[in-house]
Amino acid sequence: MRATRFPVQARGPAERMAGFMAHLRMNGVQAGPRETEDCLAALASVDAADRATARMALKALLVPDAEGWRRFDALYDAYWFNAGKQRQAEVKADHIRTQSARPSLWHTHMANDAETGTSNEMRPDADDDAADCAADCAAEGTDGRLIATRTENLTRRDLRELMDEDSLRAAERAAERLARALRDRRSRRHRAARRGQAVDMGRTLRASLARGGEPLDLFRKHRPDRPLKIVALCDVSGSMTVYARVFLAFLKGLVSADARTDAYLFHTRLMRMTDTLRDRDSLRAAGRLSLIAEGFAGGTDIAGAIRQFNDSQASRAVDGRTVVVVLSDGYCTSPPDALADALARLSRRARRIVWLNPLKGWRDYAPIARGMAAALPHLDAHLPANTIEALSALEPEFAKL
Amino acid sequence: MADDWRSVRAELSEAGYVASEELAMAVHLSLVLTRPVLLEGPAGVGKTDLAKALAAAKTATLIRLQCYEGLDASQAIYEWNYQRQLLALRASDAESEDAVFSEKYLLKRPLLEAITQEAPPVLLIDEIDRADEAFEAYLLEILAEGQITVPELGTIRATARPMVVLTSNGTRDLSDALRRRCLYSYIDYPDRETELAILQARLPGIEGRLATQIIHTVQAIRREELEKTPGVAEMLDWAAALSGLGINDLSDDPATLARSLVCLLKTAADRDAIPPEVLARIVGKAA
Repeated sequence: MRATRFPVQARGPAERMAGFMAHLRMNGVQAGPRETEDCLAALASVDAADRATARMALKALLVPDAEGWRRFDALYDAYWFNAGKQRQAEVKADHIRTQSARPSLWHTHMANDAETGTSNEMRPDADDDAADCAADCAAEGTDGRLIATRTENLTRRDLRELMDEDSLRAAERAAERLARALRDRRSRRHRAARRGQAVDMGRTLRASLARGGEPLDLFRKHRPDRPLKIVALCDVSGSMTVYARVFLAFLKGLVSADARTDAYLFHTRLMRMTDTLRDRDSLRAAGRLSLIAEGFAGGTDIAGAIRQFNDSQASRAVDGRTVVVVLSDGYCTSPPDALADALARLSRRARRIVWLNPLKGWRDYAPIARGMAAALPHLDAHLPANTIEALSALEPEFAKL
Repeated sequence: MADDWRSVRAELSEAGYVASEELAMAVHLSLVLTRPVLLEGPAGVGKTDLAKALAAAKTATLIRLQCYEGLDASQAIYEWNYQRQLLALRASDAESEDAVFSEKYLLKRPLLEAITQEAPPVLLIDEIDRADEAFEAYLLEILAEGQITVPELGTIRATARPMVVLTSNGTRDLSDALRRRCLYSYIDYPDRETELAILQARLPGIEGRLATQIIHTVQAIRREELEKTPGVAEMLDWAAALSGLGINDLSDDPATLARSLVCLLKTAADRDAIPPEVLARIVGKAA
């Protein structure tokens, strides 16, 4: 977490409050001028001198969701009690760079070097890291610095140099067609239709006025189709490194095609990748991914990751109109019963679970690995996914779901 | 003025609702700044009950809008009484269009009703995450402006701004615009003292030792790995059931106690996770 220096020379509470808002903005909380006004109004209506009261008042106003609720106390202490451990380098920029157009996700990890100096730094947990990227806003520097870091990234992780534009685009196109194949629209909200089940009273009445009060024209409405949405869990452990480039582009295609798609990566823990993948620039997305997913080439705990997904995210992300797609080879370090249990629990929530296995594309593959064998009864489809052609061939399979 | 949030907390506890300090602060700010308050948290912790308690505390009417998928303006805001209009048109040829589209033929749904009250009501919008994004857009406009436009009648402005409480179960991500419009409070499972206070507020006749035992047991059950963790409402149900069964001490009758756990454990897997031996161990520690 980044902390600003508390302005002891400030000219009054308004300026200190503005400093606090800037501190929150640096840490990913949306706090604009309107929020500042509201905070001042709120503090005026309570006893602002009492620390606890002021904290609670600001917490109610500035927190957008449950995760922000947990982080707020730390951010508050860091500013008002100087408890933050990192200091931003004083960048005296007179003109505001138009970096606001780029979402803060994409400021590179400049601070990686600066962070290592402090000893009691609070380490944000995995979800914070992936979703909120609190720590990387020091890129208000010059262009020269940015380029240097990008080259540094290239040599650090070889995942990025495996990605070339053609295979990326091919995988993305396959994913987009797939997402479209699932778009089977059904909703409970009625829409106007020529031949529907219900009579649209509003339109009929309106038209009857033109007919002198006689409802001669009957208008109908029906319920249109409601789309299925996809939640993708992708394995990025050592055994899957070879397929990583294809799968990540595939995920990117899925995520870009539909705003409701959710994507997660896992090896030993689960990380939410949706916002990262949504970035337009493929190379930059890859850079960000390789930085986040440390331990890329380690072992896999598929059961643990799915269990973590069930506990934390599934109630939000998965419902009766969701297809869960797991991309993995099935080699799991935890016992097969655990995997079967986790999948059983997930299958009660989701409409379908589809397992895309790169090994299945090999001739004479049989799921001898006990993990895969234990998982099979809970899957609705077990499909090969080792080449772009195999991914394209998934479309008719998904349409059948 | 400075102590108002404490008086809100006191008023709520008089109405039988034990609110945490942060929640009382959020409610107080929502009244002062006339902004809606969004409550999130696990199921059964008392989000809906807050609105009921607030209505009782401020002696205001409670208007409830239960959201569901497919909820649209005609169910939430207003609808014309088409059948009556048709009858009026048929009954007399002299009925003009203006007469048919008048207040007499307007069916007021919860949101319009909330705006046209004499005294400020409490408007509870329950489970907003079940409604879809299009409905959130309608809602945002009404919450922000406090007025509703009926094309045939014109704009209807709020006579008294309602106190708005939104609850969400977290099944869907709410839109940013709605979140920023509202104050936020996360209600978590209460700690021991708070839960004891809640139990004693709701069941005043309960004996102190039994109450403590119940609270300890429920808190211990919550720490187990269950699919559906029991909330405060379930705890109150169980306490009422125990008093109905005539159990004065949890270690009295283990068999009946195990059977009474239907109030707390709501899935088959959870019932298997707390077999009688585990329950006996938990009760032993609580006694």
